[in-house]
Amino acid sequence: MRRGRFTGFNGVALGLGLLFLWAPLALVVLYSFNESRLVTLWGGWSLRWYGALAGNAALLDAAFVSLKVALGAATLATILGTLAALALARRGRFAGRTAFSALLLAPMVMPEVVLGLSLLLLFVALGLDRGLLTVILAHATVAIPFVAAIVGARLARFDRDLERAAADLGASPAVAIGTVTLPVAAPAIAAAFLLAFTLSFDDLVIASFASGPGATTLPMRIYSSVRLGVAPDVNAAATLMITVVILGVGGSLLLARRR
Amino acid sequence: MRPRRGGGGAVILAPLVWLVAFVLAPVAIVAKISLSESALAQPPYRPVFAWTTDLDAWRAVLGGLRLDAFATLLGDPLYLRAGLASLAMAAVATGLLALLGYPLALALARAPRRSRPILVALVLVPFWTSLLIRTYAWIAILKPDGLLNAALLHLGLVARPLAILDTDAAVLIGLVYAYLPFMVLPLYAVLVDRDDDLLDAARDLGASPLGAFWTVTAPLSLPGLAAGALLCFIPITGEFVIPDLLGGAGTPMLGRVVWSEFFANRDWPVAAALSLVATLVLIGPILLVRAVADRRPGRVA
Repeated sequence: MRRGRFTGFNGVALGLGLLFLWAPLALVVLYSFNESRLVTLWGGWSLRWYGALAGNAALLDAAFVSLKVALGAATLATILGTLAALALARRGRFAGRTAFSALLLAPMVMPEVVLGLSLLLLFVALGLDRGLLTVILAHATVAIPFVAAIVGARLARFDRDLERAAADLGASPAVAIGTVTLPVAAPAIAAAFLLAFTLSFDDLVIASFASGPGATTLPMRIYSSVRLGVAPDVNAAATLMITVVILGVGGSLLLARRR
Repeated sequence: MRPRRGGGGAVILAPLVWLVAFVLAPVAIVAKISLSESALAQPPYRPVFAWTTDLDAWRAVLGGLRLDAFATLLGDPLYLRAGLASLAMAAVATGLLALLGYPLALALARAPRRSRPILVALVLVPFWTSLLIRTYAWIAILKPDGLLNAALLHLGLVARPLAILDTDAAVLIGLVYAYLPFMVLPLYAVLVDRDDDLLDAARDLGASPLGAFWTVTAPLSLPGLAAGALLCFIPITGEFVIPDLLGGAGTPMLGRVVWSEFFANRDWPVAAALSLVATLVLIGPILLVRAVADRRPGRVA
């Protein structure tokens, strides 16, 4: 660095910043291996709470529900978000473009509580029983703008000449998109899928509104036990969730960086 | 641009139908229910109207619209207080986030080029970890018999455990923690493109490093600061999980009030009216800015 005066300051800022961001997570992971029930007391290393977790049928059921919801929602959101990104990137300035992009942006900026409430009221108005399906529909809606943003960013840097070459060689637009555009955007689409999955897997607020009996997601289950106080087997569940997210986000960052 | 018609319509159709069904229609229903009377029934409101083509029926509908829910919002100081408390909390948190986020973003932007992606990932990963888990982690730290108090007592800094959990201070800590990446990343994006020539010029003209920072770097980073502030302020105002788990009963933020109107009081019209007002106040300005920006072809964002 040329300006040495700031290096020390920068190092301290980075160190403190990253410590602040990671220490609470590290503590959760550490205490999931604590033999003692108390956070202030270290009772030695133990897998006790993972054993308790394995015996906690309600939590495991909830984890399975969350997995199903996240897979379904991420699949739907990836298809629809990619189509939205293609529409915005390829159709130029079509009539209603502003309205379409505002509509696309809305789930990203609306307060979660409001989005959850309005989706619930829709399901009630439609007479749709709340359960797995409604949570999937709601989570897909939340994730679509994120998918569209990630895939759209990739498409914006994409060389249109490749598509034009395909068209000149006689490919229909659909074939050109299928053989040229989508393979090029594939890493971004995969990254978007992983992020949509993570969003759904982590969500508490939207799921609380959209879910019904028999479709309690993992965050909903954790929330109800956290409200009653710190429970050590929640530490174990949280550690597993943190691991999933680190793998998911790490994977998606690696995929997105591959050009 | 060469004509490419076929296919385009189909591409936009599916997401458009989805967004109309699951974003636009729900908002319309919220608007409708906010104008209904609450009732002790399932669902707990009296429907305002059914679709019809009969003109008299429409006239009856217009006469039957109830502003009760909005009157409740205005009449009971709880709602105004919750709104103001949310805005104040969001403003303080955003200010703290700017103070803490700026040095971090600056340090990230000035880190050696090769280590930057890793450092950015290190900021990003906690952000993708469940908000619930991150908030939960702070309960264990802040509670009376938690880690922070144990450390303070051990060091002899306090005689009795501090009551931090269930206060506004705990909510602020949780908010700053959860939203730090929202502030850091937009700032980093503008700071990483810093103009070395301008900094050199400032230095050649005799500016101290601090002077160069104030005259060159700080003004150039204002758009990033504005973006970060917006990304923090809006969702914090409607935040539910953090005030609910870390705050006490004295922190009635909007998200919590909507939640309890709905789940505890089962007053759907009031919950709907509150949602509608909160959304209009928070989102209206953004949509307006975007619509204007979209119309000006020369300008991006």
